[in-house]
Amino acid sequence: MVRLVSLILFFAIWWLASLFAGPQMLPGPEKVMAVIIAQARTGELFFQVGVTLARVFVAFTLAMVGGTALGFLMGRSKLADSIGDPWLIVLLNLPALVIIVLAFIWGGLTEVAGVLAVAINKLPNTIVTVREGARSLDPRLDEMAKVYGLPRWKSLRHVILPQLAPYIAAAARSGLSLVWKIVLIVELLGRPNGVGFEIGTAFQLFDVTRILAYALAFVIVILAIETVVVQPIERRASRWRSKAA
Amino acid sequence: MNDARPAGEAKQLEVHIERKAFAAASGGRLDVLRDIAFTLKRGEVAAFVGPSGCGKTTLLRIIADLDKDFEGNVRRADSISLAMVFQEPRLLPWRTVEQNVRLVAPDLSNQALASLLKELDLDAHRRHFPAELSLGLARRVSLARALAVKPDLLLLDEPFVSLDQALAARLRMQLSRLMRDLYLTTLLVSHDLEEVARLADRVFLLSPRPARIIAEIPLATPRDARSDREIVTMRTEVAKQIAEFAPPLIP
Repeated sequence: MVRLVSLILFFAIWWLASLFAGPQMLPGPEKVMAVIIAQARTGELFFQVGVTLARVFVAFTLAMVGGTALGFLMGRSKLADSIGDPWLIVLLNLPALVIIVLAFIWGGLTEVAGVLAVAINKLPNTIVTVREGARSLDPRLDEMAKVYGLPRWKSLRHVILPQLAPYIAAAARSGLSLVWKIVLIVELLGRPNGVGFEIGTAFQLFDVTRILAYALAFVIVILAIETVVVQPIERRASRWRSKAA
Repeated sequence: MNDARPAGEAKQLEVHIERKAFAAASGGRLDVLRDIAFTLKRGEVAAFVGPSGCGKTTLLRIIADLDKDFEGNVRRADSISLAMVFQEPRLLPWRTVEQNVRLVAPDLSNQALASLLKELDLDAHRRHFPAELSLGLARRVSLARALAVKPDLLLLDEPFVSLDQALAARLRMQLSRLMRDLYLTTLLVSHDLEEVARLADRVFLLSPRPARIIAEIPLATPRDARSDREIVTMRTEVAKQIAEFAPPLIP
């Protein structure tokens, strides 16, 4: 209920602001909605959003899988941590734009280069979070698994992963929003389609309505993923926590 | 269920620890265990009694192969299956009671699981998560988990410490019955002389740090046949021995 009021307030402020700023600078919500609907009718919106979503999905998966594996390794092995840490600091501080531009120069203006650039941007973030999780693993549960002779994969799946789950979830949460922001820059700089490309075109035409239309459409999609996919998974994974006596 | 009884008196465990030391914070090495040697036959229950912090848990950890940094050797019978009840229950909080037991004993039949949980009064808690259990219940689950693997060697690290007397007594009785039925070779570490007198065949007294065996007291009457009177006598006997050995060892 409060959320709904807050949302209505947001649109009201937007609408008022558009009255002052004029339709050139800030078109009202109703105009943006009209463009969204028009773009949806032609199928253009679904195509561009779909392409971007596919890139987000692939880059996100790569960064999460790679980051989790590397972060776990660095959290568990002192040697791996000493080797990896300087690289990590470099990656963490390298601006997204530098990685993207270098990826396009070295890999050409290709899909692979673009998606990899996004994944590399997200990677260090995941590593740092999961490493923290791996460092805080409970050695007592490890010992239990060892005494009972649990096979490796079994103790990974049932003893270690559940302990890492909150860290992986945190990395995923911040990852989804970070990845889609960077995908848009990649599309703007070096892809012939996607929401970022559309916004780039609209920017050249100074078409603010179109910019907002695409941005809003994509935000709605991400919100939908968050409520339909991410939150139910999280609820299920933390089922055992909520019922604490 | 006594079909597992072997023909010979096979040695299940042979322990010979010359020395175990920890690195002290102030530098140098601090001796924890010294010259601890004993063997355990199949179906035998040995109890270790000693002052707090004398290294009893360290001894169990060495036998469980969790600590390899010691001088000496520990020989366990080939392909032995091991179970340990730690001082804390060490259950996986994201798994239900049943799933916790199943994890270590995937081959256990539904029937065997049901009867084990029933035996320990856990059937009502099958689908509960550890956070929903009291400490006493969690301890019982930890015990059920250990028994579910039908261990060749069971290690118990003060399994009922900090439980109230009545509950501890009840759990002790259940454990004692299961130990007999499954013919379990068991190593028990405890402060509780009542527990020791009821569960053990042999008692080893340990000195303060560095712990060494200062006396071995066989409890002759078979575990099941002990009357309450005898238990009291045994307790007194063990307590007397402790008192006898303790004073000169305190520096």
